[in-house]
Amino acid sequence: MRSESEVVTPEDTSTRQQPVARPRWRRALGPRLRAAGLALPLVAFVVVTFAGPMVSLLTKSFHEPEIADALPETMAALRQWDGEGAPPDDVFAATAGEFVAARNERTLGRTANRVNRVVSGMRSVIMGGSRLMVEAAAEAEAAGVTTDGAFWRETMIGIDARWGTPEPWRALRDAGQRFTARHYLKALDFERGPEGGYVRQAEEWRIYVPLFWRTLKVSLGVTMLCLVVGYPIAHLIATSPPRRANVLLLLVLLPFWTSLLVRTTSWIVLLQNQGVVNDFLVAIGVIGDDGRLAMIYNMTGTFIAMTHVLLPFLVLPLYSVMRSIPPAYMSAAASLGATPLQALRRVYWPQTLPGVGAGCLLTFILAIGYYITPALVGGQSGQLISNMIAYHVQTSLNWGLAAALAALLLGGVTALYVVYDRLVGIDRIGLG
Amino acid sequence: MRAAAGRILASGLVVALAVAAMLAGCAPQEGGAELEAPVADSGDRSITVVSWGGSYARACVLGYHESFTAETGIEVNMEDYNGGLAQIRAQVEAGSVHWDVVDLGVSESVTGCDEGVLEVVDPAVLPPGPNGEPAAEDFLPETNTECGVGTLLYSTIYAYNPETLTGPPPTTIRDFFDLERFPGRRGMRRVPDVNLEFALLADGVPNEQVYDLLSTPEGLDRAFRKLDTIKDEVVWWEAGAQPPQLLADGEVVMSTAYNGRIFNAQVLEGQPFEIVWDGQVLDRGQLAVVADTPRREDALRFMSHAARSESMAGVAGYIAYSPARRSGQALIDRQVETGAEMWPHMPTNPENMKSFLMADWEWWSDHKDEMQERFAAWLAR
Repeated sequence: MRSESEVVTPEDTSTRQQPVARPRWRRALGPRLRAAGLALPLVAFVVVTFAGPMVSLLTKSFHEPEIADALPETMAALRQWDGEGAPPDDVFAATAGEFVAARNERTLGRTANRVNRVVSGMRSVIMGGSRLMVEAAAEAEAAGVTTDGAFWRETMIGIDARWGTPEPWRALRDAGQRFTARHYLKALDFERGPEGGYVRQAEEWRIYVPLFWRTLKVSLGVTMLCLVVGYPIAHLIATSPPRRANVLLLLVLLPFWTSLLVRTTSWIVLLQNQGVVNDFLVAIGVIGDDGRLAMIYNMTGTFIAMTHVLLPFLVLPLYSVMRSIPPAYMSAAASLGATPLQALRRVYWPQTLPGVGAGCLLTFILAIGYYITPALVGGQSGQLISNMIAYHVQTSLNWGLAAALAALLLGGVTALYVVYDRLVGIDRIGLG
Repeated sequence: MRAAAGRILASGLVVALAVAAMLAGCAPQEGGAELEAPVADSGDRSITVVSWGGSYARACVLGYHESFTAETGIEVNMEDYNGGLAQIRAQVEAGSVHWDVVDLGVSESVTGCDEGVLEVVDPAVLPPGPNGEPAAEDFLPETNTECGVGTLLYSTIYAYNPETLTGPPPTTIRDFFDLERFPGRRGMRRVPDVNLEFALLADGVPNEQVYDLLSTPEGLDRAFRKLDTIKDEVVWWEAGAQPPQLLADGEVVMSTAYNGRIFNAQVLEGQPFEIVWDGQVLDRGQLAVVADTPRREDALRFMSHAARSESMAGVAGYIAYSPARRSGQALIDRQVETGAEMWPHMPTNPENMKSFLMADWEWWSDHKDEMQERFAAWLAR
């Protein structure tokens, strides 16, 4: 070990090398640039595989140019329309022309599906209608009839009377906007009002806001449960002799080596109505055979299974912080007359706070994104906001709405993080 | 000094473990269905067929994949998925298609066709029946679409376990919603599909009016009001394998289910379950070829082989899903492994079709998202 006087500080080096003529900023920047250069592969990796895709997906939540690109003439013609009654003839002509062309190129389906998301039922109006429009166009050509706006107005309203009303046209016009807030409005349970504009949905249709709240509640609850269960475990491991601590640590880590689905299904076997726990309680006479506890397919099941799955994320940081607390502190507190509870509250607990903060934040953020476990064991309460995001990504393919929901979730988590930083201070988080 | 170094090492290890475990723990919840690496082409010709796994996939392999390979020398690689077009669309848009043939429902095949991610099938590739029946007349109505070739008819029914449901047996779809005469918990799939139809049928709506009524706000409210009456007693299931398990465990006394899964439990596992066919909702299963696959010719040959009556009857020799061709229905015989008669278990047996509903894919294509949201909102209350 070097003594204090031998330590060379950066200032000393710079004074000694004064004769080399390099501007001060370059001297300061040189090593930093080199260090940054070393981090470049990681930065590139993060940008390409994480930041880039995330930004491009989040952009979809407010930018949807596909319909405007697919039906440019219709959109241009609709700009002349006042939104009342049926639109003028040239709108009919433009729309019919583009529908017929897109149908022949097999690109109309995608457009129809997108318009259907704005107004449900438009898919079959467009697809069914356009099939007959292709036939009408062929017949008109064979008969030598000119297919002008008046012809198409008559034909389209003849095919489907709804084309004579403003609704499908408003749907087309709304769907054709390149930049739109409708995904965000939908994600907050608003819908298009009858007069245009947006109004809050009727109560039986509101879904996303209640799910956001439920997700928040479940995540907070699970985090608290993990803390209550995990704190004593972490303390036990941290204070055990090394050999026993290793075994206990292994037990905490064991669930990680088991598939998520197997773990969840095991809880079903244990907790179900005819399951191990209920059978045991009936056998020892705690409950009667018809008084079996409902512990799964409800909120209780969600809390139990999620707490088990997420427990290690709280125990591990807590354990590593607790290991760094010398046991002598508790002895000192006791020798100064503190009761065990006082010593725990005033000496031990404050020192573990960085671990508590890290563990809780980790558990909470992971809990917010969980959906397979609650879906399997939560019964009718097992639906969280991530289920709907997964549904829109995988099944409905409505990535705009999925992106809006994800953006709101991300915004919420970031807001919580900022609040946490203000209240507790993020630099107080530590892993020991 | 050494103790401190040891502590730093230990905490570093813990952090590393935590991060590794976090990544491992995240994989299943984010990925959903697992993506498998495409099987390398070893010079031999092979195609990848994506299907639903379980006893159904097994029936397909034994029923006609093996005969296809024997006839053409083209190997068939099976992959499992959980439905949905997301992966197909991703492959087509990225220009790297490694799925060739997909087993899907009509609503998906129509949507996929509209979106251009599935190949349009020329009806000429469909082979005639064993006695020369032209394909166009031999296929049951509405089983084929522009991109999808119908292979089978399956049904959503409800089944009960007579060991846990004592007393007079339920016989109609009304009984499923009758908690007074048939107390106990019910299993239902956690989706609006079929459940809305069941609710209206049980409320006394004639079969042919179900979808018209569901298109009106009043009809929809009526369906949800009917579901309200049993909501507190429902155990919601997600995967087709769950209902037989729920019935066997006594978690529920009756459950909606796919008829093939209940058949499997009855015939292969000897469970005493009974199916109530009244109000069964029939739907069609299809095969489609993924657009732009580099193995298009082989994939179409596979489709054409699968569309033979013998292939469909081959599947029906293992699982109770009905061939989509009339001539295939005529070939239904016995379960290959147990020798059980298949015809009594078939959803298309006239005995089982006294009251049935054909699922309306057009209605569901139009309203699926809306219904999903309304259903989720209803569940959350």
